[in-house]
Amino acid sequence: MKALVDWLDSRTGIRDLMHEALYERIPGGARWRYVWGSTLVFAFTVQVITGFALWMYYSPSAQTAWESVYYIQYQTAGGWLLRGIHHFMAQAMVILLALHLMQVIIDGAYRAPREVNFWLGLILMQIVLGLSLTGYLLPWDQKGYWATRVATNLIGVVPLVGPALQQLVVGGADYGHHTLTRFFALHAGILPASLVGFLVLHIALFRKHGIRYKLPPKFADTSFWPDQVLKDAVACLAVLAVVLFLCIRPMFSGEPEPGVPVTWGAELGAPADPSNQYSAARPEWYFLFLFQFLKLFEGWGESGELLGAIVIPGAVMGLLFLMPLIGKWNLGHRFNIGLIVILLAGVGYLTFAAINEDYQARWTDHGQFAELLPVIEELGNDEEKIHSHFAGDAARIAEYREQYQAYEHYRKSDEYLKAVEAAEVESHRAIELASGPEMIPLTGAVTLLRNDPLIQGPRLFAQHCASCHTHLPPPVEGAEPSPLLAKASAPNLYGFADRAWLTGFLSADHIAGPNYFGGTAHAEGEMVGYVKDTLSGWEPDDVRKVVLALSAEAKLPAQAAADAKDSAEIEAGRALIANEENCTMCHKFGDAGELGAAPDLTGYGTREWLIGMISNPMHERFYRDANDRMPAFAENENGEGNLLDAHSIGLIADWLRGDWLRPAREEAAVEVAAEKADADAPPPADPPTNTEAAAPAAAPAKK
Amino acid sequence: MAKPSQPAVKPGDDAQERRNFFTKVAAVVIGGFVALIPAATGLAVFLDPLRKKSKAGEMLPIAPLGAVPDDGIPRQFPVVAEHVDAWTQSKQPIGAVYIRRLPGQEKPECLSATCPHAGCFVAYDKPTDTFKCPCHNSSFAVDGAIIEPSPSPRAMDSLESEIVGGEILVKYENFYTGKAEKIVKL
Repeated sequence: MKALVDWLDSRTGIRDLMHEALYERIPGGARWRYVWGSTLVFAFTVQVITGFALWMYYSPSAQTAWESVYYIQYQTAGGWLLRGIHHFMAQAMVILLALHLMQVIIDGAYRAPREVNFWLGLILMQIVLGLSLTGYLLPWDQKGYWATRVATNLIGVVPLVGPALQQLVVGGADYGHHTLTRFFALHAGILPASLVGFLVLHIALFRKHGIRYKLPPKFADTSFWPDQVLKDAVACLAVLAVVLFLCIRPMFSGEPEPGVPVTWGAELGAPADPSNQYSAARPEWYFLFLFQFLKLFEGWGESGELLGAIVIPGAVMGLLFLMPLIGKWNLGHRFNIGLIVILLAGVGYLTFAAINEDYQARWTDHGQFAELLPVIEELGNDEEKIHSHFAGDAARIAEYREQYQAYEHYRKSDEYLKAVEAAEVESHRAIELASGPEMIPLTGAVTLLRNDPLIQGPRLFAQHCASCHTHLPPPVEGAEPSPLLAKASAPNLYGFADRAWLTGFLSADHIAGPNYFGGTAHAEGEMVGYVKDTLSGWEPDDVRKVVLALSAEAKLPAQAAADAKDSAEIEAGRALIANEENCTMCHKFGDAGELGAAPDLTGYGTREWLIGMISNPMHERFYRDANDRMPAFAENENGEGNLLDAHSIGLIADWLRGDWLRPAREEAAVEVAAEKADADAPPPADPPTNTEAAAPAAAPAKK
Repeated sequence: MAKPSQPAVKPGDDAQERRNFFTKVAAVVIGGFVALIPAATGLAVFLDPLRKKSKAGEMLPIAPLGAVPDDGIPRQFPVVAEHVDAWTQSKQPIGAVYIRRLPGQEKPECLSATCPHAGCFVAYDKPTDTFKCPCHNSSFAVDGAIIEPSPSPRAMDSLESEIVGGEILVKYENFYTGKAEKIVKL
C-alpha cells in the first residue's frame, strides 16, 4: 500500500495536497461557530448527488415534466425520498446561508483582506437563490407554474431591457417547453457550474487568509483534521437528520384523515394549467417576504412594482456588497451588524405577515362576525350607504370600517385556505388518475384532469346549472339545511336517480318540497298530484320495489352490487312500473307506454338519458311543452351554437351519476358502504332528504 | 546539476521580440476565433426567443351568446386555441376571460383573467361583485376598473369582442404586467 501511495505521490504530489487540505491551522482550536461554511458545502454536495439521480428521470417539456416528476415520486423505488431530500435540502441551504452570512458579518470576517471573498460569498448566495427559483418551476405543477409566472413577469418591469429579458428567460412569448428547457439548463447546468467555480475561488481565498478569530485565543491551536472535521461532520449529520425528518414527517403527524393520501417527501401539485384558476399561488416560504413586500406599494402605480421588485431589493444587495468598504470606518462594523439585524428582522416580519394574512382564518373565531354579517351584506364598502346607515356618526363609521377590514382579512384568508384545500384535492386526484390503469396519455397529465368528471363536473355544474339547481348533500345531524335550497328554482341533483333520491321523490311529503319540484311549475303538476293522491295509498313495499327498479335503470356504479343483490325485487318493481294502470299511463317504459306525456323512464338516469335531458329537455323523450325554463344546452346535432359541447355535457352527466375512476381500495369501500346503507335503508314513508339529517345510500361514494 | 534557465528573449534581440509579438498576436487571434465561433453560435441560439412572436391576437370563438345572460354578472370561460409550443401544436386552453352582458344589451364586455399587476389569475367575487387578485390584493370593479388603493398600476385588460352567428368572438391578447400602459406582448 505504501509503495502504491509513494508511486502516486511521486506523480501527483498527493501527500502535499492532502496535508494542505487537512492540516490547515485553526487558531484558538476547533469551534462550532466555524461549521456553517462546511454544512453549506455538504448541502450543495447532497444537491449535486440527488440532482444527478433526479436528472436520470426528469424530462423537461410541458407534456413530460410533471409526468416524469410523478414517476420519480410514485413509481420509482425510493424516488419520494430522493426528491424529498433534494427539496428540503434546498430549503436548508437558504437557512444555512443566512446563518453563514450573519456569522461572517458579526465576526467581521468580511473586512480587509477578506473583502473579495465576502463578495464571492454574496455571489454564491445569489446563485443558490437562483437555483431555488429555477427549481420551483421544474415539476410544472400549478403552484410552481403560477409562482414562476409572477417572478418572470416582474423581470418585465426592468426599464428598457425588461421585456426582452423576460422573453429570453421564458424562452419565447408564451410559457411552455422552452421555459422548462431554459430553467432546467439554468438549474442543472449554468448555475451549478458557476457555483462550483465561485466555490473553488471562495474556498481558495478562505484558505489563503485563514479563519478570522478573536484575540487572544481561548484554546490552543489545532488543525482542521480531525478536530474541526468532527464538529463539521456532526453539524452535517444534524442538517441531514432535519431533512430526513421533514421527508418522513407523516410518520409523526398522527392518523391520516380518511380518504386523504399521505404525502411522503416533497409535495407535487396538480399539473400546470393556464386556463385553470389557481388562487393558492405563493412562492417558496423564503421568498414570501418579497411577495409581501410588493403589497406595500398600493397606489404607487407602475413605479411601485419597479421599486418593490427591482430597485429596493437591488439597493439592499448593493449595500451588502458595500459592507467591506463601510466596515473600514470606525463605526462601520457596528453599522453593518445593525444593518444585517434590521434586514433579517424585516425579512422575518414580512414573512410572518404573509403567513398571518394567509392563515389567520384558522385561528379566528368566525362567530365574532355573526352580528356584523347582515350589516356588511347591506352596506359593504359603499361610502354613501355607510354614511346614510350611521347617520353620519363619524365614530360609528370608523368602528364599522375597522370591523369591516377585520372581516375582509378573515374572508380573504378563508378563501385562500379553501383554495389550498381545493388545490390539494386536485393534486391528489391527478396522482390518483395517473396511477390508474390507463396511466398518463401522450398529451400529458393535464388532460387527465380536463377529462375527469370528478374535477370538471362541479365546475361545469356551478357555471351552467347552479343558477337553478342545487347539488347539496344532506346536512349533518342537527344542522340546518342550506339556505341555497330554498332559493333554488329546480331540483337538488345530489344523488340523482339513486335509491334515496327516488325514495324522496316518490314521497308525498317531499315531492313538492325544495329538494324536488318545490321551485318549479311541476309543483302543481300531475306527477305531484299522483304521488300525493295515489302513490301514498300504495303498500310501502310496492313503492320500494318501484324505487329499486327505477334506480336500477340508471346503472349507477355505486349501486351495482346492491342492484345485483335485489334483482328479484327490481324485477317486481319493473312489472309495477310497466303496468298500464301505473306509471305507463303517462310515461314510456321499455315497450310499455307512449312518448309524449311525461319523460321516458326507459334507461332513466343512465349517462345517455342524462345527456339527452341536458341537451334538450323539450325533446319528446322528456318534457316537450311542459318543460319549465330549463334551457336546451345542445339542441343542434351539428354542435353549432350549442351552449355546451358534447364533452362537457358528458362530464356533467358522469359527475351527477358518480361515475368516475376510483382507486381499487376506494371502489371496495364504496361497495361495502353501499351494501351497508342499503341494508339500513329506511322505509319509503320516511325518506332521507337534506331537510332531515340522513345520508343517502350512495353518500360514501361521493366527495 | 540542472542548467540555470535562460531568458527566452535576450535583451536587445529585436528580431526575437518581433517574432514573439507576432506569436502573441497570432495566439490571441486564433485562440479568440476558436472560442468565438461556438460562443457566437450559442449566443445566437440563446437569443432566438426574441424572434418568436406570440400567436395571440386572433379573434377566437369563446362561447355562444346564450351562455352569457344579460344579467351583468361576469362569467369565466377558457380561451381555447390552436397553440404552437415550440415543436408541438394542439388545440388547448391558453388562458381565460371574463365575459358579461349588461341588462338589455347584446354586446358583451370581455376582460382578461390575468392580473395586470403580476400575472396571477384574478377571481370574480360574487358577494362583493368585484374582481380580486389572490396574490397581492389588487381589486377591480365588475367593469374591470381599478379599486384604489391597489398595487396594480392599471385596470383589468379589456379585450375586443364581437358576435358572429350567435357566437362570442374575443381578440385574446397578453399584455405586459406591472406597466401603467396596456402594452401587447408580441
